Amino acid sequence: MTAPQPRRPGLYYPTLPATWWLRRPSYFKFMMRELSSVFVAIFLVVLLVQVRRIGQGPEAYAAVLQTLRAPGWILFHVVALGFAIFHSVTWFNLTGVVQVVRVGERQVPPRLVAGASFAAWGAVSLVLLWFFVRG
Amino acid sequence: MTEETITLEVTRYRPGHDTEPRTQAFTVPYVKDWVVLDALNHIKDRLDGTLSYRWSCRMGVCGSCGMMVNGVPKLTCAAFLRDYGPGPIRIEPLANFPVVRDLVVALDDFMEKLRAVKPWIIREVEKPIAEGEYLQTPAQLDAFKQFSMCINCMLCYAACPVYGLQPAFVGPAAIALAHRYNLDSRDEGYRLRNDVIHDAVGVWECTFVGECTVVCPKGVDPAAAIQRSKVAGAKEWFLSMVMPWGGKS
Repeated sequence: MTAPQPRRPGLYYPTLPATWWLRRPSYFKFMMRELSSVFVAIFLVVLLVQVRRIGQGPEAYAAVLQTLRAPGWILFHVVALGFAIFHSVTWFNLTGVVQVVRVGERQVPPRLVAGASFAAWGAVSLVLLWFFVRG
Repeated sequence: MTEETITLEVTRYRPGHDTEPRTQAFTVPYVKDWVVLDALNHIKDRLDGTLSYRWSCRMGVCGSCGMMVNGVPKLTCAAFLRDYGPGPIRIEPLANFPVVRDLVVALDDFMEKLRAVKPWIIREVEKPIAEGEYLQTPAQLDAFKQFSMCINCMLCYAACPVYGLQPAFVGPAAIALAHRYNLDSRDEGYRLRNDVIHDAVGVWECTFVGECTVVCPKGVDPAAAIQRSKVAGAKEWFLSMVMPWGGKS
């Protein structure tokens, strides 16, 4: 552990303003990535409520579905989907950086690792889509 | 024919006189092959000899001349005026560091962090010189080489909002160098560096903004070093939980 440096007289100590994340597009993108988790968390709570209502019977489930048909909830789900996709894309883009994959003595290029992750994501999404569309 | 000029808005701070930095504008010749450091040298030589800033090699090796150029951390010896024309160009001291005077920042904190991660080869037992060098294969060298290119210019700290908000954070360059030695096949100091790297203000403080890697003038990837250290630490913790008798990653 590094000891905090004592403040020296005469020096000017800058402080980051609360709006630091508006200074650069990359900082803003980072904050949006962090914010996306809030929307995903709310979506999961809504999903858990739906599961609970299923357990309480058809009428309870129909009531919660009726609530979710309100324009506000539909808008929320569209925004949450956008954030979830954004979060997933940034996550998979980082996999190649974080996880070093070696074949023999050679490192697999990070782009290839990220590409494989996207391919797996696409395949799983297609299977799920087929499952739900099939009825 | 009138000489083409460009304006530099330079941060000035006089300790003991100023309560906070102010900006002073200077008009300098707009020479297409001048870098920002040339313009600062022109100011110092011809316009105001009291301007203070650090520089040394002028060739992107010493890491002394890092400053904020239009809000982005840059080595001023590698930032051409022509890339910022027609100006004005804003020159400020490296962000997130205490300002000593004008464009000079205090290095104490970074030096302490660097020392704390023990960026040198540690051996449990040194072998006698008579037994020769510690040999390494090209693949073993390749494992850490990019992290050894760090010139300690501190641009990554100036780009890191986590360091700006939490100055105790060990930070990108120090962690990248710790990672460089941890990856070195000749090194046995991993456990000694762990205390600092996996401290509450070590790798786990990083939220992966990733700007440290973007601004690095030497192509080092400190963000990757930090995330890989997190993976190694998490793996080791997990193994110690499932194999408390001595699982090693």
